[in-house]
Amino acid sequence: MTRILLSLALLVAATPALALNVFATVPEWGALARELGGGDVEVYVATTALQNVHRIQARPSLIAQYRKAQLVVATGADLESGWLPALAEKGNNPTVLPGTEGFFEAFRHVRMLEVPQVVDRSLGDVHPYGNPHIQTAAPNILAIAGPLSVRMAALDPAHAEGYRARFAAFEVTWRAALTKWEARAKPLAGVGVVSSHRDSSYLYAWLGLREVATLEPKPGIPPSAGHLEQVLSTLQATPARMALRAAYQDDKPARWISDRTGIPVVTLPFTVGGAPGTDDLYGYFDVTLQRLLDAAGTTAGGR
Amino acid sequence: MHRSLFRFALGATLAAGVIPAAAQNATPSSNPKISLILVGGYADYSSRAPAEVSGVLLGPETDLAPAGLSVGETELVVDANVDDQFHGWATVALANEDGETVVELEEAYFNTLALPLGLAVKGGRFFSDIGYQNHVHAHGWDFVDLPLVYRALLAGQLNDDGVQMRWLAPTDLFMEFGAEILRGGQFPAGGERRSGANSLAAFWHLGGDVGASQSWRLGLSHLAADADDRRTGEAADTGFTGDSDVRILDVVWKWAPEGNVTRTSLVANAEFFWREEEGTLVSDPDGAAVASAYEGKQRGFYVQGAWQFMPRWRAGLRYDRLDAADNEIPNNPAGEFNGLLDDSYAPQRVAAMVDFSNSEFSRLRVQLARDETRPAGEADTQLFLQYILSLGSHPAHQF
Repeated sequence: MTRILLSLALLVAATPALALNVFATVPEWGALARELGGGDVEVYVATTALQNVHRIQARPSLIAQYRKAQLVVATGADLESGWLPALAEKGNNPTVLPGTEGFFEAFRHVRMLEVPQVVDRSLGDVHPYGNPHIQTAAPNILAIAGPLSVRMAALDPAHAEGYRARFAAFEVTWRAALTKWEARAKPLAGVGVVSSHRDSSYLYAWLGLREVATLEPKPGIPPSAGHLEQVLSTLQATPARMALRAAYQDDKPARWISDRTGIPVVTLPFTVGGAPGTDDLYGYFDVTLQRLLDAAGTTAGGR
Repeated sequence: MHRSLFRFALGATLAAGVIPAAAQNATPSSNPKISLILVGGYADYSSRAPAEVSGVLLGPETDLAPAGLSVGETELVVDANVDDQFHGWATVALANEDGETVVELEEAYFNTLALPLGLAVKGGRFFSDIGYQNHVHAHGWDFVDLPLVYRALLAGQLNDDGVQMRWLAPTDLFMEFGAEILRGGQFPAGGERRSGANSLAAFWHLGGDVGASQSWRLGLSHLAADADDRRTGEAADTGFTGDSDVRILDVVWKWAPEGNVTRTSLVANAEFFWREEEGTLVSDPDGAAVASAYEGKQRGFYVQGAWQFMPRWRAGLRYDRLDAADNEIPNNPAGEFNGLLDDSYAPQRVAAMVDFSNSEFSRLRVQLARDETRPAGEADTQLFLQYILSLGSHPAHQF
């Protein structure tokens, strides 16, 4: 029995893969894997920008794709903890288990913000590793791209040179883009904003935006009428210039605030695919900046 | 049995050269994951008649939830990766039985993490993967109680001791096959004199997506159980010796706009059960011991849907039906088996519920049901209020 299985296993191992099968949990890592992998990778993205990545189900289609993956690229930091363990249990794929080379966690390569002192559910759905929405700051993408390309080269040594070359090219264009974005974003420094969910902390830290209030009373707990009234009185004391919501979020609370204060609602793509023109990572940050600047411009004379 | 499979699993893994690095760094939050489920509420029934169902012999623990205020099963769940090869899971339930608190080992199993070729083995005590709702933990149900087919034909959910082997096909379409060898200590198997494996189960699942908004799964399963003086009934004991075969067709369909469940979503599922029993029935085995040959054919289904109509709020509707008109019991001298032969009415039930989830860790529910499952279709109007709270780590639920 064992001998038959052994020869079968060798047969499978010996079959050359045409492309490295990458399973990305979220669109930003799918887009990054495409930038770095080019034609050497086949990328499957498990979620879209219009889905709440905290609340994904281990659907049959995801299990089937997980089974075929040679590399899983996840954010980690408990972002996918509601469904990735279920995929690991049902997906029967030892090559991408946490702790193996086939499992890449992006959060390990950036400095985490909002790491809590106390983890208590009364504070909402708090992540012990810190805020997991690391993709909202463009410098983080580059910090992750390096180790990811090294990992891809290690898993697919036949194409190692290709991964190295593509990363080198990506680094140059990304650094140029960073310089351009940071110059364009200068007017945003110090601008007060209202967030829907605490999911753009890295963006704020990068561009110097100021979070005046959050519509969710606590992470993961939808806003109640009472809490929105409280936000309204906060805004009377400390005005904000815009109310932000990610594409996947309910727009009602942000519109409620907008109707009462006159500040515009800005829908951020949040990740690749969250708005027209965000088919890749460059487009994602271009559109994010453009929308923030447009909103800041409309109320620039007001305050 | 356990030991030889265990060796096989290890051997196959090492042979394939799959020796993953040590498991992820242990952190206080993730290893082991511990959660405690608090469930309780209120129940009211308009009928005080014994909760029997015409045409079937109800198995153990099929009573309705106690009327009035009560705490349900409090579950303590611990799970963690044992090492790079094994994952372990245990569910200990504290239940109320006749005013006493009883500890039940609901699940205690290991499953392999690193078998090659899409294979996985599970061993210990676990919820069988037959049907759709059989493996869903009580706190994940869309209604307060189980569908009628589960209560009547499986005596709740089938959790037995044994081994499961599962193979996942390397295809874009989700397809898995599984087989289980079970001790057979649980209804519809059962009985005192047990040895070897007395229940076999097999299942086949197919699933996928339709665009970004819809996903589905279809399942076929078969349970072949061997009963040896399986005792059922409270006042008048009945023993059954023979074969019990259960076939299940299940389908689940989920919808959310763009796959985004933030605002609205819909989950619909249905299961069809066919059960055939053939053997000998003995009424009052320890007393009068009236015996008869028995051929039972029962079938039933349920259809249910749960609709999230705004963030945190869901409404659900379920229809249950059972049909047991084809039971044959030739020897019935004093009407001992009249309950089983009662085919005057097909048991049915309609239930409606509304629930509110403050977060993904807390849920409050109201359920109203019209139950016509008792003999002669006597109607029972049922009202339930329920809370379900989960403390501790994120529960990672199956589809």
